[in-house]
Amino acid sequence: MFVLCLGAGVIVVATLVDVVYQLANNGSMAISKFGFGFLVHSTWRPNVNIEAAGNLIYGTLVTSFMAVLLATPLGIGIGLYLSMMAPRRVRSTVGPLVEMLAAVPSIIYGFWGLVVLVPFVDHLEPGLHSVLGFIPLFGTPSPTGISVFAAGIVLTVMILPIISALSRDLFLTVPQELKDGASALGATRWEVIRGVVLATTVSGVSAAVVLGLGRALGEAIAVSFVIGDSDHRHTSLFQPGASIAERIANQFPGPVNGLHTSAMFYAGLVLVVIAMLTSIAARAIAGRFDVQASLGGRAA
Amino acid sequence: MSTTAPITLGESGLFDPTAPLMPSGNLRRRAVVDRAVQVIATVAAVVAVAVLVIIVIGVAKHGAEALSLNFVIQNPQGLAGGGIVNALLGTLEIVLAGALVALPLGILTGLYLTEFAGPRSRSARVMKLALDMMAGLPTIIVGLFIYGLIVIPQHRESGFAGAIALSIIMLPLIARASQEVLLLVPGSLREAADALGVNRWRTVLTVILPAAMGGIVTGAILAIARAAGETAPLLICDGIYNPNTTSFNLFHGVSSVPMFIYTSYDLPLTQAVDRAWAAAFVLMVFILLANILARVFLGRSRAKMAR
Repeated sequence: MFVLCLGAGVIVVATLVDVVYQLANNGSMAISKFGFGFLVHSTWRPNVNIEAAGNLIYGTLVTSFMAVLLATPLGIGIGLYLSMMAPRRVRSTVGPLVEMLAAVPSIIYGFWGLVVLVPFVDHLEPGLHSVLGFIPLFGTPSPTGISVFAAGIVLTVMILPIISALSRDLFLTVPQELKDGASALGATRWEVIRGVVLATTVSGVSAAVVLGLGRALGEAIAVSFVIGDSDHRHTSLFQPGASIAERIANQFPGPVNGLHTSAMFYAGLVLVVIAMLTSIAARAIAGRFDVQASLGGRAA
Repeated sequence: MSTTAPITLGESGLFDPTAPLMPSGNLRRRAVVDRAVQVIATVAAVVAVAVLVIIVIGVAKHGAEALSLNFVIQNPQGLAGGGIVNALLGTLEIVLAGALVALPLGILTGLYLTEFAGPRSRSARVMKLALDMMAGLPTIIVGLFIYGLIVIPQHRESGFAGAIALSIIMLPLIARASQEVLLLVPGSLREAADALGVNRWRTVLTVILPAAMGGIVTGAILAIARAAGETAPLLICDGIYNPNTTSFNLFHGVSSVPMFIYTSYDLPLTQAVDRAWAAAFVLMVFILLANILARVFLGRSRAKMAR
């Protein structure tokens, strides 16, 4: 029994090592041809054997950070509402409903994003551009609404349940005596939240945010529907773009040649390194509190 | 901070202890901020629920066009007719095959972490980190990995490759859920078994696993529901199949619901897009029902454990 259990654990570790090996091995052609320049250059033209992932890395980071920026305050707000404000009845219905957002498959997010969200974003973007147009990020909108911005919004919805469920669980662990003590000193509810609840859970909440970031970085299908898989890098969020995962989903099934496939494995290697670093960071930040255990229990 | 504590004055200009206490100055500002935060938090919750409702209604509305009984019991006829029963059966087959691999591995890993590894075991720390990383692997990467591991050596995309890819997505979820519920099994049960002189493996099989079964089943249902909706790994590993027939041979291409949605959407036919929506609706209903089922199951097993 012991041997069996240990064996299962060893398989888990070995699989992970093999993931990196397979990506590096199959990407070796691209790795030896393009080297580290792959990470900074931005031309991706498989038909002339030039591939570089600069644009893709940029798009991956921009969409993910936008999602984190939007989902963090929303998610923490939901966590606070569910743990401290909502009546018991509301809590036991709204909580599971928000978690349901995590159960919706990414293909449905992609589909919904393309048909419902993109037209909506198309209406929203000109308004944002006229108000915030002086910031280069909010430049001229594309005519369709298919944009980095739309991808960021889809990712926001996808990581919102992770951040909100984890922060709610964290807020519920704050001892009632501490909150009561602050209230007794005359603190308003917001002051209790800021001084006691957020102060004691800040590391856990940060870890939850990093986990959300990890999820956003690797999303392929949903992003591929709304980002446009463009080869050009625009400063404006309202223009199409591309991300690593999305490019692989789009082009892997019909590669131009072996080098093209190999370059996608190389891009995958870059992505997996980013994802693994994110996992390690989440664990390091969380410290004692096992955020991912409570995430796994919910099975996203 | 100035302490101009407002002394409440009555109409006569003298201190009136019966006048209502109204916050003013600094206290009023604090009360306003407090109120604002509560409103923002409530609005955030409303927004999240609204988004879920919009998604569910949107999918249901678009899906209704092509949805019928025939849609779930017939094979496709051409690109725009018939049903998706082959995709439903294919998804069922791939996911169950994947679960067959992931369940034992996941439960055994959970058992190792809780029952066999000591609290300071270095191997357990490495495994936990590996599980975290595995859970954090982008699903498209899982697809690439299995492509390199299975598809390239076999020279063929197959349902088998897809199933193994899905098992890698399920494994950390199942391991985590098992680990968590195993930690909840009361230590007194283990001690009682030890006191009776029962072997360790026997204790695990006859005492600990039965006690934890409810939580493990919940974790398994959630993991299966998650895997059933995954598109990216199947796109890479099981993307070439005959879309019009039912095929159960795992070592050839097997059709699946997510791939049906993904490919139908690409066709320049309104009927095909309608059918993609209908399939999305079927998939979503299945996954949300599985989640609700798991939740009910969890509630019942929690209640049982509390007794």
